[in-house]
Amino acid sequence: MPMGDNVLEVRDLSKKFRRGEIYGSLRDLLPAVTHRLFRGGSGQELDRRDFWALKDVSFSVRRGEAFGIIGGNGAGKSTTLKLLTGIMRPTKGSIHVAGRVSALIEVSAGFHQDLTGRENIYLNGAILGMTKEEIRRRFDAIVAFSGLEEFIDTPVKRYSSGMYARLGFSVAAHVDPDVLLVDEVLSVGDYLFQRKCIERMNSVIASGATVVFVSHNLRAVANLCLRSLLLERGQVQMIGPTAEAIRTYYKRGQQQRATGADNGDGGVVIMKVAVHDDRGPCVEFESGGKLYITVEARAQSLHDDMSVVIQIVDDHQYPLFDTCTQRLGAGALTLDRDQMLKCTFELDLSLAEGTFHVNAFLHRYVTDKPYDRWLSAATFFVVGTPDVRGIVTLHPRLAECHVSKASDLELAGPIVVRQVAYD
Amino acid sequence: MMDSIREIFDRRDLLYIIAWREIKVKYKQSVMGMLWAVLMPGIIICAGLIVRYAFAMASGRSIELSDLTSVAVKAAPWAFFVSALRFGTNSLISNVNLVTKIYLPRLVFPLAAVFSQLFDFLIAGAVVAMFLLIVGTGVSVHLLWLPLLIGSLIMLASAFAIIFSAASLFFRDVKYIVEVLLTFAIFFTPVFYESSLFGKWAPLLLTNPVSPLLEGISATVILHQSPSLPWLAYSFVFTGVLFALALVMFKKLEPFFAESI
Repeated sequence: MPMGDNVLEVRDLSKKFRRGEIYGSLRDLLPAVTHRLFRGGSGQELDRRDFWALKDVSFSVRRGEAFGIIGGNGAGKSTTLKLLTGIMRPTKGSIHVAGRVSALIEVSAGFHQDLTGRENIYLNGAILGMTKEEIRRRFDAIVAFSGLEEFIDTPVKRYSSGMYARLGFSVAAHVDPDVLLVDEVLSVGDYLFQRKCIERMNSVIASGATVVFVSHNLRAVANLCLRSLLLERGQVQMIGPTAEAIRTYYKRGQQQRATGADNGDGGVVIMKVAVHDDRGPCVEFESGGKLYITVEARAQSLHDDMSVVIQIVDDHQYPLFDTCTQRLGAGALTLDRDQMLKCTFELDLSLAEGTFHVNAFLHRYVTDKPYDRWLSAATFFVVGTPDVRGIVTLHPRLAECHVSKASDLELAGPIVVRQVAYD
Repeated sequence: MMDSIREIFDRRDLLYIIAWREIKVKYKQSVMGMLWAVLMPGIIICAGLIVRYAFAMASGRSIELSDLTSVAVKAAPWAFFVSALRFGTNSLISNVNLVTKIYLPRLVFPLAAVFSQLFDFLIAGAVVAMFLLIVGTGVSVHLLWLPLLIGSLIMLASAFAIIFSAASLFFRDVKYIVEVLLTFAIFFTPVFYESSLFGKWAPLLLTNPVSPLLEGISATVILHQSPSLPWLAYSFVFTGVLFALALVMFKKLEPFFAESI
């Protein structure tokens, strides 16, 4: 097969799984086999239990490209990675890779509890495909990257889960492959460590390696990958620019909601929740700019005393902000049979860089009884606040900052180091 | 088959480190430390002495030093063979995490299990060698057979370990079957006795491929004579064929490991 510029070529990749029990012991198998022999060996019963985790997936990745794979749970992302790494063999189709594949998946799977950090670096490094010599050469870099210098001779069973994962990632990040497969691992460690990981991935890409990145963190995918593949129920929905794939992904999620919506009494339903700027539909917003959220609802019978509530939450559904038509002075809304309600909220985006979701609710004005609710109805990204870390931006300015002699200040005199006493 | 061997050769550092992990983990936090390595063969030797003593009583013959040394020299390799098979059989199941989550040539697991037992065997072997030195068994040119005999034993253990490890991944009761076989195998293997004891039935006993190897070790080290060549040839061929079969089978089944575990 001509590879050309492509490092990775996947053609008609399909994987069949079987639901239900597989015979796990000879004791079970022997009766089952005799049973089947006597019944005349009908294979149909087994076929019904098969399902395709992946069906005819084709894509190719160019050298030095970062390629994303996104999709909901059960879309086939992990199966794809397992096939790419060779852990499983495809039922149908082919995978061609030019070079060494390495995976940042389950980075600490190779650890042994009783061994020290140092020993585990050698163990895990070898498991991930490095030679002893390579590990020895990179040992210091790995330890420095993990930030675990003090604990390197402690058995990893005494590590916290964060330290454990950091060590795992640090080893994996120092294997240099031709194709790097990355799963959810970037959610490892604290904020600073995650940033370090992203930087490392960027430098891997810059050094000419190819990265295939699978994640639910769409922000990270959008950051890293120009092109993405959207999977749904094992099939390719689209391959194209990441922003477009993410939009399609959310749009499809919304369509699914619209057909199967029933959280309240069903008499009035939120039909659409959209984020946009003053020009039109948009998912990426500048911090400090304007954000518009439009909610549309439709009634099948008379509903009065309603208010529309919108809530902005982070990736973990932690509420950051909410407002509603009532508090903004719209008064009670009434919606009769086959009437549509449309309202648009205008917000000043004082959010820092990140991914945010919009929850929408239809409430009864007085009692707060919910008519309908739609969680994570829309998602948007905020970009462009490199000087701010956290969730919100409080628009910082430097009011004062200068150096002077200590005697000029009220605190003149010897510096007293505050001490914390431990009993 | 050559592919498997090349893949393992390319990843020999991995094989070394996994074997080293097994050894390290075994000796970490253990009170007995290196005594572990001599415990198993030690128990077998003691059992052998009792059996030999009973034989001597029954036949009215007095027990000789060569009986003792012969049991010792066969017990150490036998202990290695048994524990290599036991660890080898469980090697894939106990590394479920790695088998299902990361790709690496899975052949390293049964092989590393065998090699980690080899470490114990070396210690036990050294102890036995010292014992032989003290009792003055002496050396002869026939000792040159020893590397070949032990090499063949390692290969045979590896072949069984490879087959059983894969089988036990698909069928969980395989490890119990292996356990039972290993417990009683000592009765079918000339460790405590010589196959010649059985007269015309001796060949039956020697069809056990381990038997000619153990008797060969006893013959070369204790009796200073060359081993029985036809039976040794049989063992070598058996080992070679089984090893090749094991590699082919393992290669065929490997893609299904992650799903069937």
